[in-house]
Amino acid sequence: MGKEYKGPDCIKGTSGYCAGCGHGIINRLIAEVLEEMGLEKKTIISLAVGCSCIMGDYVEVDKIQAPHGRAPATATGIKRMRPDNLVLTYQGDGDIASIGCAEIIHAAARNEKITTIFVNNGVYGMTGGQMAPTTLPHQVTATSPRGRDTSLTGMPVKLSEMIAVLPVAYVARGSVHNPASIKKTKSYIKKAIQAQVDKEGFSMVEVLAPCPTNWHLSPLASMERIEQEVIPYYTPGELVKKEGV
Amino acid sequence: MGLAVKVEKERCKGCQYCIKACPKDAVSLSGERNSQGIEYISVDLEKCVGCGTCYTVCPDLVFTIS
Repeated sequence: MGKEYKGPDCIKGTSGYCAGCGHGIINRLIAEVLEEMGLEKKTIISLAVGCSCIMGDYVEVDKIQAPHGRAPATATGIKRMRPDNLVLTYQGDGDIASIGCAEIIHAAARNEKITTIFVNNGVYGMTGGQMAPTTLPHQVTATSPRGRDTSLTGMPVKLSEMIAVLPVAYVARGSVHNPASIKKTKSYIKKAIQAQVDKEGFSMVEVLAPCPTNWHLSPLASMERIEQEVIPYYTPGELVKKEGV
Repeated sequence: MGLAVKVEKERCKGCQYCIKACPKDAVSLSGERNSQGIEYISVDLEKCVGCGTCYTVCPDLVFTIS
């Protein structure tokens, strides 16, 4: 008999995400890892604002919703008061790289024993596809209708590289554009959570994901765009891997 | 050989990731629509080998393979 493939028990019902949204895959990977490690009952997820918080509607683990960008600050408080719980933040790129940039940088600088899953789709998804700090050069968005002009807005923020220079336990960047990348991303999420379990310090996994609705592409074309345009700028791989992680 | 593939058609949003990813070309559009009006997928059990690739790429947990 081959392996059995069955969705995690803690995912109930259907998500409110658009067709082909990368969040659905990443939510499942997190839920799978939590159940495989036996941590789903001990986990508290700090959500902030954006499509990422739709996770709260159908993934049945304990959650709290923080103000926009402030999930790492909220997670810090929870982890310090409840050190035996596994504390995650789950944030999109508009939330973490713009509005909450200070929170994530300082949480990482303090080497808080929390884990951040950062979904990078290059736009503000929930509000209609505005330009985010992660939007690629020349990318057309609702607020860059002629394409992102880097002479005015600078180059896209590479948040994982910024955090990798700090004294943290684990930083990796994965993607969900094909089956092999999805499996690799799951292994990164597992290592990041293990780093917290082992009290190594701050851990983060950035995941390159599609937003077909706001990219104005079909889901399949969105996955191709990740391979051809996004990955050449945001290189996947493990950026920080402390010994033992 | 006891391979059971369950497709939850009401969960399917029609992204077609599974159709592209299936190494055996066992997944295709069914020609029918679910209650959301979305043309959902179906699996040809003659071709399916139970590798789970469709499960891996699906954002909506449409597949259960046992």
